[in-house]
Amino acid sequence: MNFANAEQYALQMRREIIKMLAASGSGHPGGSLSAADILAVLFRDEMNIDPADPQKADRDRFVLCKGHAAPALYAALALRGFFPVEELSGLRKLGSMLQGHPDMHKTPGVDMSTGSLGQGLSAACGMALAARLDGLDNYTYALLGDGETEEGQVWEAAMLAAHYKLDHLIAFLDHNHLQIDGCIEDVLSPEPLPEKWRAFGWWVLAADGHNSESIKQALREAKAGSGRPVMIIAETVKGKGVCFMENQACWHGTAPQPQEAEQALAGLYSKENSSAQA
Amino acid sequence: MSESQKIATRDAYGKALAALATENTRIVALDADLSQSTKSVECAKACPERFFNVGIAEANLISVAAGMSTMGKIPFASSFAVFITGRAFEQIRNSVCYPRLNVKIAGSHAGITVGEDGGSHQAIADISLMRSLPNMTVLVPADAAATRWMVQAAAEYEGPVYLRLGRFPCPLIYEENREFKWGKGEILRMGKDIVIFACGIMTAAALEAADLLAAEGISAAVADIHTIKPLDEEFILEMTSHCGAALTVEEHSIIGGLGSAVAEVLAGKSDAPFARCGLIDSFGQSGSPEALLKHYGLDAETLATRVKQVLAQKQA
Repeated sequence: MNFANAEQYALQMRREIIKMLAASGSGHPGGSLSAADILAVLFRDEMNIDPADPQKADRDRFVLCKGHAAPALYAALALRGFFPVEELSGLRKLGSMLQGHPDMHKTPGVDMSTGSLGQGLSAACGMALAARLDGLDNYTYALLGDGETEEGQVWEAAMLAAHYKLDHLIAFLDHNHLQIDGCIEDVLSPEPLPEKWRAFGWWVLAADGHNSESIKQALREAKAGSGRPVMIIAETVKGKGVCFMENQACWHGTAPQPQEAEQALAGLYSKENSSAQA
Repeated sequence: MSESQKIATRDAYGKALAALATENTRIVALDADLSQSTKSVECAKACPERFFNVGIAEANLISVAAGMSTMGKIPFASSFAVFITGRAFEQIRNSVCYPRLNVKIAGSHAGITVGEDGGSHQAIADISLMRSLPNMTVLVPADAAATRWMVQAAAEYEGPVYLRLGRFPCPLIYEENREFKWGKGEILRMGKDIVIFACGIMTAAALEAADLLAAEGISAAVADIHTIKPLDEEFILEMTSHCGAALTVEEHSIIGGLGSAVAEVLAGKSDAPFARCGLIDSFGQSGSPEALLKHYGLDAETLATRVKQVLAQKQA
């Protein structure tokens, strides 16, 4: 499948996310939709990956630390050709290659099994350390949720990455401000996030997480080389692209009913023209 | 059994890991600020470029090791057994066992023979925790030779392994180049009245108990169950059937450890009298290793008494 640009890719990802969640009857739309544009840029444009050789040794790695956004990752991989788009309708069903949370052994293109929050960044650190030992010049990417940074292990990994100067580790923070129980600021505020990551020794960049140019600009800066791990804090909207899901914590882990899915898809299919011009 | 020389399995581990890492560049060692105690420092000296101290952060230790294994490395992550299996249990579950990654987890200072540091530092449930996880292999060496073999065998095996190590110097049971078999029980002493299934440093104590019993005309077989998972079920059934009574001995809680594993095999398949020696649903406490072993009934004399109690049931 060819897409004119990352926006078109992300738009199709959003449609696939709604379709697969409606078909499975369970899953996490909010955080999948907020991460769609970041994943579109990474999987369409940025990462050195090959759908024909998903295990090639020198590929860039990607860890979806917020594993519940698996539908976004599956959509990104399917549209890139790692497996047929038809597989997406099997999400969360018995025997499917698409588990409720990413499984590196079942799904081509998944580099690390995740789902338990707080562990992914550590695994990404391990990948970056090993890549350096092997003299690889690849990048390791990680995508964290903002609520996820309430997990203490994230900060253990943050210390390690800075200590070992993992400058080929680029993390994104999907800063959509919501977690299951409400606003992150109300539940247990991890703010101020930029200051915290800076204090932990990371090079912190800001991006509009729904603007592919802004995401790409941040990646260019990240790769300019600072000798430090990079955290791109991407400002996002939970449920982005589906008007009735936007900024609603209740859409964290609830799949749309058939009528809701229809309404969401109608909105997403009407965006073809406006998005193509963007 | 050599009385003259005693070596702690953690010491044998450090040397074996350093030797192996020198030969095999896929080996990486990680520790959480206890490398002097776990002896992974030996590897740090031999191959400094492949040693990573993650600081006092056991959760991170395990998940970082998992990430490295996805890149083809063979990580050996070391810390105290109580912390690495307890603090990082869910990381071992989800970052290592669930994706069946090639991570080797070495828990040193296992059991009450940690001694003076006391109950907070004495792992008494690590076998239980690790054994319950799908895809995990659980190894408990009885001496230095067994430890050397296990480090090598764990590196050759593709998948998660837990290696339980001790601080307390223990007698050398095996000859230097003994050929061990993965997943197989080792008969150290044949007998006909009862079989004692032991693991770790309790193996030497079981042999000592068998000597005491022999002086009283009781013939006790002693078997080292170094691979607690996968367990040699056939061997356990055969030996129990052959001797007609069985006793398990471990420096661990009797809930979930070797005793439970053997009981699970015997349940419904054997009506031979059977008992478990270990910590009876209790934590340890401070004291010298020798005093603690005696206090918790894990010295040779008490084990011999327990054997006689089991045999009394057999005759009843």
